[in-house]
Amino acid sequence: MLHCSKNWGMMSSLPRKSFDEMGEPGGAVREAYRAYHEWLQQQDEKWVRRKSAEAERFFRLTGITFNVYGADAAEERLIPFDIVPRIITGAEWRRLSRGIEQRVRAINAFMHDLYHRQEIIRSGRLPERLFRNNAAWLPQMVGFTPPGNVYTHIVGIDLVRTGPDEFFVLEDNARTPSGVSYMLQNRETMMAMFPELFQRVRVQPVSDYPRRLAKSLAACAPPSAGRNPVVAVLTPGIYNSAYFEHAFLADQMGAELVESSDLRVVEGRVQMRTTAGYQPIDVLYRRVDDDYLDPLTFKPDSVLGVPGIMDVYRAGRITIANAPGTGISDDKAIYSFMPEIVEFYTGERPILKNVETWRCADPDSLKYVLDNLSELVVKEVHGSGGYGMLVGPAATKRELAAFRKKIEARPDNYIAQPTLALSTCPVFTSRGLAPRHVDLRPFVLVSPEGIDITPGGLTRVALKKGSLVVNSSQGGGTKDSWVLAD
Amino acid sequence: MLGRTANGIFWMFRYLERAENTARLLDAGFRMALTRGAEEATEEWKSVITTLGQRSRYDALHGGEYSLYQVCNFVLRDKDNPENVMATIEAARTNARLCRSSITAEVWEAVNEGYMTLTELLARPVRESNLGAVLSAIRREATLVRGATYGSMLRNEIYNFARAATFIERADNTARILDVKYYLLLPSLAYVGSSLDTAQWDTVLRSLSAERAYRWLNRGQMDPRGIAQFLILDERFPRSLSFCYIALRNNLADLARFHGHEGRSHELMREADQRRTSMTIQEIFDRGLHQFVVDFIASNRAIADAIAEDYRFTG
Repeated sequence: MLHCSKNWGMMSSLPRKSFDEMGEPGGAVREAYRAYHEWLQQQDEKWVRRKSAEAERFFRLTGITFNVYGADAAEERLIPFDIVPRIITGAEWRRLSRGIEQRVRAINAFMHDLYHRQEIIRSGRLPERLFRNNAAWLPQMVGFTPPGNVYTHIVGIDLVRTGPDEFFVLEDNARTPSGVSYMLQNRETMMAMFPELFQRVRVQPVSDYPRRLAKSLAACAPPSAGRNPVVAVLTPGIYNSAYFEHAFLADQMGAELVESSDLRVVEGRVQMRTTAGYQPIDVLYRRVDDDYLDPLTFKPDSVLGVPGIMDVYRAGRITIANAPGTGISDDKAIYSFMPEIVEFYTGERPILKNVETWRCADPDSLKYVLDNLSELVVKEVHGSGGYGMLVGPAATKRELAAFRKKIEARPDNYIAQPTLALSTCPVFTSRGLAPRHVDLRPFVLVSPEGIDITPGGLTRVALKKGSLVVNSSQGGGTKDSWVLAD
Repeated sequence: MLGRTANGIFWMFRYLERAENTARLLDAGFRMALTRGAEEATEEWKSVITTLGQRSRYDALHGGEYSLYQVCNFVLRDKDNPENVMATIEAARTNARLCRSSITAEVWEAVNEGYMTLTELLARPVRESNLGAVLSAIRREATLVRGATYGSMLRNEIYNFARAATFIERADNTARILDVKYYLLLPSLAYVGSSLDTAQWDTVLRSLSAERAYRWLNRGQMDPRGIAQFLILDERFPRSLSFCYIALRNNLADLARFHGHEGRSHELMREADQRRTSMTIQEIFDRGLHQFVVDFIASNRAIADAIAEDYRFTG
């Protein structure tokens, strides 16, 4: 019986209608979790609890922390890690990865089209106003093709599940998706904590992601690069919330980790100040937003970018990953058109589902949203990180009324979606296993050599009982994500 | 490697060396306080603070009161002293984070674990009863980083910057101790053999963890000239000025080989080497031990500045 051995307390009751990925209480364990569950039942709960504490120390020691904006500059926090893995079968993953590949292919074609002939607008499938007044759309990119015609070198597609075969895309992160270092370190931690488990369950490895990233980025180098392109990671610096990840990826790729103060345009190339003088960079994996990239082109007061880098870029002498201006493709207003976009560029029906979305800019949709506010999730069009969001069913009357006013004041700033019954996966709590809602962010690499998806990704979990918000800034945690080898 | 990263590596290792040296210095003062009268202990604590260059700040805070409790907490953890050991360790760790992609995971984890351990140990005021444990923890953590560096880092310019920084800091520390205690080492028949002096000499040696080596080499006998000779010129003792400078020279030579040319730092290094190797201890005494030490500290600093310039640490 699931979760009912003498060591493992009963799993508390599941949220209404949610699909639990391990299995229903009293029901059979699902295929994906069978081997893991069998192993778990043989373990002593005290020992597992000790392992859980050990895992936390492991994280602190390796320095896998994130900085909190606004808090004391030196403050570093851990994202809580849950030791119960999130497991997907090989067959489920194959279906998912086909859908992801299709979607990413479409996004790249869409980017090229939007900055060139704009066939999708001409065909009437996408209204022009959606991007004309959108800050994420960069006129500087019009008519320019990035090296290798790649726009989104690294994509993180956020997926949620509602049933055995029901996967939805919640968001396409096409700017600078973060979290991949957690995918890698979660696995390292699990292997260090439970080595015997990995001998019993065959899990597809994720550890060669940095090598694949380095290879993929090098394959996108401009023609001016030599046979061994120089790749560098641009970080806003040590106080950025994702600094650990920037340093980690640079280290794992054997690339330099550069900051604005290291870079300068010298002789028409972007160069970094080394101990032996300035040395050109061919590919810049930047973890700095478009706005801050070049003070001569964008925000003039930016101290995070490189003055003149856009000129070098447009002259084809550096690759910027991801390309400037790709933010338009993961805009929440564009999101609702993704099924049309996928169909338009691939000629295929979308494999992955989109969540039904009401654009409040549209009067009929606005009326529907206001009439059904308590049932819906409302998001700001340009918001991220779970901020500025209303979860209708969880909101108080007062919160609903306040949010209604905000929507009425600026309807075009909001979209609304039905509240999905996100799937749950057990987490290890002080009272045994308990179900919590999860999402999944697989990481996708794009280069002229193809689209490469690392099996698994980052599972984020809402640690608060019943909560649907998985963001680490809002009390979310992470899990190791397994794709089983067949 | 990036100039900024070289700078980070350089300071990471200087700070670690500094924290460790400070622990030795306190340890020697602690021993003096335990074995001698109050007056001598006070003098010793005063000279510890002077050696660290924190005299005016200390006096502003605590006036003329030099007690074990006050000195140790001021040096180790007092927030009003921005150069306290915990802040130094934290600065070393911040630099390590800054250079995270240039050091091995082993080195990073040693630095980070040391930081975690000492943060916990120094969370509350240090008392006589746990001072010894705290001081040996600082030395142990620094030793672990050194071991991880030695055992896991590639021998490239990153390693050379790390080592050069260590020896510049260490030479500075030895020279500062000599600067404050030089008068004890001046040959003066009147003093020789008094129990006060042997205790003072012992403290000088202890603050550089040199007492055992010196005794072993001199069959337990102590004389001021021998001590000065040992701390300045003996190439076998890892905290002597000569030892530090041979190691520094080797690391600078590696850098020159790696870069294909020498810089201002190599020029200054050669000059310093010449001064050091051309003098016997007698000549150093004849020209003035104190002046020698003062000149050494200045030229040591000039070499550090030249390294930063030659290798584009800041621009």
